[in-house]
Amino acid sequence: MSDPVILTHELTRCFGSLVAVNRLSLEVAQGEVFGFLGHNGAGKTTTVRLLNGVLAASGGQARVLGLDPASQGTALRRRTGVLTESPSLDERLTARDNLAIFADLYGVPRERVRRRIAELLEHFELADRADEKVGGYSKGMKQRLALARALLHEPDLLFLDEPTAALDPVAARGVHELILRMARQEGRTVFLCTHNLVEAQRLCDRVGVMEQGRLVAVGAPQELARRYVHNLTVEVEVAPEDTDTALQALAGLPVAVQPGSPRGQLAVSGVRREAIPALVAALVHAGVAVYGVAPQEPSLEDVYFALHGEGVHGQREVSP
Amino acid sequence: MNWRGVRALVRKDLKVVMQNKGVSIPLIVVPVIVFVVVPALVALLPRLFGAMGAPTQDIEELLTMAAPPLREALSHYSPEQAGVVFMLAYVMAPLFLIVPLMVANVIAADSFVGERERKTLEALLHTPLTDGELIVGKMLSAWLPAVAVSWLGFVVYGVTANLAAWPVMGRVFFPTPMWIVLALWVAPAAAGLGLVAMILVSARAKTFQEAYQLGGVVVLPVILLVIGQISGVVYLSVGVALALGLGLWVVDGVLLRLGARNFHRNELIARL
Repeated sequence: MSDPVILTHELTRCFGSLVAVNRLSLEVAQGEVFGFLGHNGAGKTTTVRLLNGVLAASGGQARVLGLDPASQGTALRRRTGVLTESPSLDERLTARDNLAIFADLYGVPRERVRRRIAELLEHFELADRADEKVGGYSKGMKQRLALARALLHEPDLLFLDEPTAALDPVAARGVHELILRMARQEGRTVFLCTHNLVEAQRLCDRVGVMEQGRLVAVGAPQELARRYVHNLTVEVEVAPEDTDTALQALAGLPVAVQPGSPRGQLAVSGVRREAIPALVAALVHAGVAVYGVAPQEPSLEDVYFALHGEGVHGQREVSP
Repeated sequence: MNWRGVRALVRKDLKVVMQNKGVSIPLIVVPVIVFVVVPALVALLPRLFGAMGAPTQDIEELLTMAAPPLREALSHYSPEQAGVVFMLAYVMAPLFLIVPLMVANVIAADSFVGERERKTLEALLHTPLTDGELIVGKMLSAWLPAVAVSWLGFVVYGVTANLAAWPVMGRVFFPTPMWIVLALWVAPAAAGLGLVAMILVSARAKTFQEAYQLGGVVVLPVILLVIGQISGVVYLSVGVALALGLGLWVVDGVLLRLGARNFHRNELIARL
């Protein structure tokens, strides 16, 4: 197995008395899409700055693409692409100028610059307005251009901070497909900071959840769900004429039941996974004809709120 | 040094600056006033005075205030000629320095502070440019145009002054050796001063306007030089110009060391 693309050990950054990143220990493998979740101010952006050698750490160590961000930042940044939280584009310049300048800043081979810019403008559907000033672009267009700029030099590692925040659903799906293609087909590693839990669940091989500078959980979304979300919702289908009997039978259990439509559909929430057999037994015992029982797998959103709801302390590692 | 990256940074800053009317208009208007309008008016004044019947004693009175070595240098001119030479070759000399100072100052304000204000700095800090290349690129963005405008202005000023003063002088009298020193040695140093002053200001100023106003303080020494020369306290000879240039380069070096201390990614990103 190849060395991790990102490897940190107790990486810490303080601003005065504020500990923005607190003893972060993390591994991200090559070709992985790693989601970095957390509220505003949780330390996500500071982590990206630390990993890309833009901000010096107050303590701990980091290796990114085998390089030390603190002392080999220039070599590292040649191989990373960054989409910052705000697009950070020169709005007085055209899209083409923005890309041409950054192609030179990133050292894209001269003979490739023109073609690469044309490819990206085409891919992000900006070719028609490539020679207009970016100040006149919509938010979504700016975001697409910033993403194109991050990809100019075909980086091995991409840091994407809320890449779909300003995009419409169609454009967002295009970005999702692009991220998956870069990781799955091209072997690039993507470090994705996001608030969008659906996006993280869809794209990420693993996620890390940050809270007040600490990494409080890390693992594959499904694994985290199993670990942290104990109460499931179970969709139960019974014979329509048995609905009332079923409601009576379940009334004695510590669960909440929501009758659905048509009759016979019940949503039973607050069920622990290991209590599902007892739930079914109670129904059968009451003479209810049970047609189907379907536990709903918890989402990353459930994990996120479970973690934040219980005021987490210390990191929880889950191995896939 | 990654010169391709540095050139890209200079190109970016200059393109952005020229799109900002608040910056580009003063960059055009001030040099036109200093290099064309003022010398033309000054050279034509003796003729205007003559047409109005004003005596040349006014000019002679003005010259009595000049420093003795300067009076000596002007003694072999007629009073009218001496007035023109005094104004165009001496009084205007410090004013000429306003141009490199101001051009460098304004562009640096837009480049150093404007970049932060427009929220475009972070993307730049994430590029492979080293801190050294970033500061060199930013400095060249301001210094090169300031020197170019000064040298172009020097040529335009020479042509305007000689043409407008021809009826009085009857010969090409400009540039004087002191002006050549001023243009080639002092003006680049003055551009450097406008620039490094802005690097220092950029650590505190939050907006381009604030930086521009704070940085404008650097023209005060030039105003003092103008007053000093008119009142006879200072006389810009070749030697004084050489010394002035040397002094400015030293000040530039010292201020640059101070300013560059804060110009690190780590510091810059923490201030975003």
